[in-house]
This record gives sequence, structure tokens and C-alpha cells, in this order.
Amino acid sequence: MSTVERHDSPFRRMKAAAVEDYIAPSPWTMLRRRVFGNAGLVVGGTIFALIVLMALAAPLIAPHDPYAQSLANRLVPPIWHADGTWIHPLGTDGLGRDYLSRLIYGSRISLIIGLATALVSGFIGATLGICAGYFGGRVDMVISYIITTRLAMPVVLVALAVVAIVGTSLQLIILVLGLLLWDQFAVVTRSATMQVRAQEFVTAAEALGCSRLRLLCSEILPNVMNPLIVVMTLEMANAILLEAALSFLGLGVQPPLPSWGLMVAEAKPHMFFMAWIIMLPGAALFALVLSIYLVGDGIRDVTAPENRN
Amino acid sequence: MLLYTLRRLLLAVLVAFTVSIISFGLLRLSGDLAAAIAGPEATEAQIEAIRVDFGLDQPLVMQYVDWLLGALRFDFGNSFYFRDSVVSLVADRLPVTLTLGALAIMFALIVSIPLGVLAAVKQNTWIDRSALTIAVSGQAMPSFWFALILILVFAVNLRWLPVSGSGTWAHFILPAVALGYYATPAIMRLTRTGMLDVLASDYIRTARAKGVRPGKVLFKHALRNAVIPVVALAVVQFGFILSGSIVIETIFSLQGLGLLMWESIGRRDFPVVQAVLLLIAMMYVALAFIADLLNAWLDPRIRVA
Repeated sequence: MSTVERHDSPFRRMKAAAVEDYIAPSPWTMLRRRVFGNAGLVVGGTIFALIVLMALAAPLIAPHDPYAQSLANRLVPPIWHADGTWIHPLGTDGLGRDYLSRLIYGSRISLIIGLATALVSGFIGATLGICAGYFGGRVDMVISYIITTRLAMPVVLVALAVVAIVGTSLQLIILVLGLLLWDQFAVVTRSATMQVRAQEFVTAAEALGCSRLRLLCSEILPNVMNPLIVVMTLEMANAILLEAALSFLGLGVQPPLPSWGLMVAEAKPHMFFMAWIIMLPGAALFALVLSIYLVGDGIRDVTAPENRN
Repeated sequence: MLLYTLRRLLLAVLVAFTVSIISFGLLRLSGDLAAAIAGPEATEAQIEAIRVDFGLDQPLVMQYVDWLLGALRFDFGNSFYFRDSVVSLVADRLPVTLTLGALAIMFALIVSIPLGVLAAVKQNTWIDRSALTIAVSGQAMPSFWFALILILVFAVNLRWLPVSGSGTWAHFILPAVALGYYATPAIMRLTRTGMLDVLASDYIRTARAKGVRPGKVLFKHALRNAVIPVVALAVVQFGFILSGSIVIETIFSLQGLGLLMWESIGRRDFPVVQAVLLLIAMMYVALAFIADLLNAWLDPRIRVA
């Protein structure tokens, strides 16, 4: 290929194209084509990347301090209203705090909750699932029982009750949600591990005298990673929605932190006169969660096209 | 079938027992209940008095046995706030939540099954794609936000339905839609995949070859088989709806279990919180059991496995 770049001529280009016709494209090229051919993945990935960038660069792009109150500037309408101003492009909330800045900082909370919860629950779920799938027998029976029991716990109610007693903090919410949302990880890794376990390279590793831990971590885990990542996106979205619901009920992230769910709750008394005040944080949540779902669906289609229907 | 039922029943009882231990333990171990009841201004002596009063100084196992024996006789003690028995409180609120849940699951089924069938019949057309888009956005929509939008549109702007309360049947429509929409995507997806599988099978081709009318093939031959897993899913979703009703009931001030639980958390009325938690968890277990049996009854292949 490098010769083509150096002596570019129509003839050489034709020859290169002809060569490409019967030489199969490299796996990376195939992957790239599949990734960029998947509209959902591209759109979702772009929105998600933008929100992540927004969260990382929050101090640089937020026009105001998200906590600075100004009672003289309460409930300023956003720019598309007749009396909106560019000082507060998305208006201000009931305490005169700049809405755009709060929305920008709010993305940090949602992303942290989503990522951290998915990591905690992914660790618990994947460990249980791999053990159940690999060892089978009694171990599988016990772990399946734990999964069944976990599925019988109403997540929202348990989270609410625990948070109400222990108190509310970001770390605590992550811990509680992480301890509750591992079930899908366990179910998916369990069945994936069962399939991988029956394959010959696992038997080969066993015959070579590979240690248990090494076998599980470097033979099984990489091969169940794809479905695991898909579940991770789902649970991330789930955790973000749950945090928003808890904060909305007043038992999640506490004021003055700019959680999007809490912002909807704070805006609720004003919503009958100005709909935008609940629309903005809700739309932000919707966009973030939707983008995560699209990325998850996209990854599933790209990594396991045979599961698509 | 009998053996299968017994095995499942045993599992359900075991799970119910474990769940009762966990839901009891969660509330006892996750903090000092006496201090939580007494509130932030209480003195050490007052907290100690409450501890003795409510038997919180006893060993945890004794407390659990006491509570479980009571729970088995439907005695959950008295509410701290209402000074009334928890059971009568819960019994007052239960019908509202069950009505709401039933309406919500009905709404979900009415919307999602036709959409799922349509999406499968018109696979890979714009109809299919827009049905899937509705499903994905349904999952991504925060339920409380959707409920508030419904209020703004149908109660405030159009003035068709009341904003909140639980007086008449009209009060149930918006909450049921808000709650049911949450269950729609999953049911729709399952109906669609079920229909796709069934439509590709040999007996459908045979039926078509015999010259059975397309409508009859679709509804009598295909849908009946495709809907089998949906029945069980709907039962499980009903459980999710019951627990999700806390958010919706709070928004619409529907006097159901969810609102009771939320208010009780605010009032630190833990006997009520514990009873509602246990009740909903037990309903989950029961619903999962029913879903298993329904599956096995409708699809004999499961019974053997």
C-alpha cells in the first residue's frame, strides 16, 4: 500500500483497488466498517462523547458558578423566550442559579454514578457469574439461588429504605445501587461462561496445569467480555435513571448539588407556569440515557451480529 | 407438572424466607434505628429509652424471630406516626396500588403487543424501525419526567384529566399511562422476537400453503405461540410496576402503598416501611412463581427441563 502513496498514478490506484477486491480487508478495517456502518452506534457514541467532554470541561465551559444564588435574578426565562438574555442562555432556577451551568455540572454526577455503579455491580456480577458458569454443580446452584433472591428484591424500595437510614451521599448511593444492580451481569456471564467452558482452549489450558485464577482471568474473562460490556451499558443507564428517581424523591443526591433528577424536583413547583424548567434537566437525562442505550445496542450488533434479529 | 410445581414452590418459599431476612436485616443493620427514630435533637437517654421501648436492645436474631412470627400472623406492630396497626394502614392503601398496577399493565399490553406484532410483520421497514425507536426511547425516558409531561399536556393544557388525587377513576388514567409506558419496551421487544421466530417456522409455511387466510395465520396460528413468553414477562413486569409505583404515586398524590412508603420514610415510621418492603417483595416472589407455572403450563417443554 505504501507504494501507492509514493507514486500515485491512476493505473496504480486501479491495481490497488483490484488487489483489495480479492484480498480480504484486515480485521481492523472490517471492525471500522461495521462500527461506522451502524447508525445507532455513531449517533449514540457522538452524543455520549459530547456529554463526557462537557463533564470533563465543566469548569471551562460553564458560564457561571453553578452554586451562586442571586435572588434578584430568580426564574429568568431561557433565550428563546421574549425576555431571555444571553447572560443566562438557559435561564435561572428558583434560587437564581444559572441553569446552563447547573446542567453542565449535573452531567458529572450522572456520569460518575453510572460509571462507578456499573463497575461495582459489574465486579460482583461477573465474579458470581464466572464462578457459577465455570464450576457448575453445587456452586452454580448456590449462586443461582442468590441471583433468584436478588431478583425478588424491589430495587427502588430497598434503595430508598437503606438510603433513608444510612444517610445520603454520592458514595453511598453508588454502593447501594452497585450492590443491587449486579443481577444481569451474573445471569449473562454465567451463560456465556458455560459456552466458553466447553471449548477446547479451556481444556488445553487445564491440561497445561494453568492455575484456577489464571484460567478464569485470562482464558474465560476475555471471552465473555463482549456481552459483559453490553450489560455494562444497560446497567449504567439503569443506575443513572435510578439515581435521578431517588434524587427526585428527595432521597438521593442532596441539594445544592446539581443532580438532574434533583433539578426536576426543585423545578416542579414552577412547572405550571414555565414548562421549560422541568423540560431541560429531563431532556438532558433522556439524551444521556438514550445515547448509552444506543451505544450498548450498537456494540451488541457489532460484536455479536448473529444475535440481531 | 406436579413435581415441577412442588419444586418451584419450595424454591419460592426459600426465596421468600431469605428475602424476609434481608429486608429485616437491611433496616436493622444499615444504621442505628433508635437514633433514626428519635431524630437529630434527641439526647442519649431518650435514644436509650426508645431502644428499650421497641425491643431494639434484644439480640438481632430474637428481634427477627419476633418480627417474623408477628408477620406470619399479619401483625407488623403499630405505626409510630398513626398509632394504628400497620396492617390496617397497608390494607387501606393496597387496593389503590393494585388498581393502578392492573391498569398500568393493561395499558402496556394494549400498546405493546399490537406494536410488536406490527413490527415483526413489517420487519426491517420504517414501521419496524420506528417501533424499535419508541421502545428504546421508552426505556431511556425517566418515568417521573414522563409523568410530569403528561400532567402538563393532559391536565394543565388540555384540561382533560385531573392533576392529582385519588378520588375517581379519572385520577388513575395518567398515572397508569406513566407507569405502564415503563413496561412497554420490554413487552414489545419480546412480542416482536417471538413473532419473528414463529413466522419463520414450518407450520406457518404449511398453514399459508394450505391457503389459510393471512389474518387467521397471523392471529390464530402465530400470535398464540409467540405470546407464550410474553405472558410470563407481563407477570414479572407487574412486580416491577408495583415497586415503581412509589415514584408515580408520589407525583400524582395517589393514596397507595408507594405514597405511604415515601411518607413513612420521611416520618421515620419504620414499622410501616418494613411492612411495605416485605409485602412488595413477597408479591415479587409470588408473581415470579406464577410466571414460572404459567410458562410451564403454556409450554410443556419447560416442565421436563
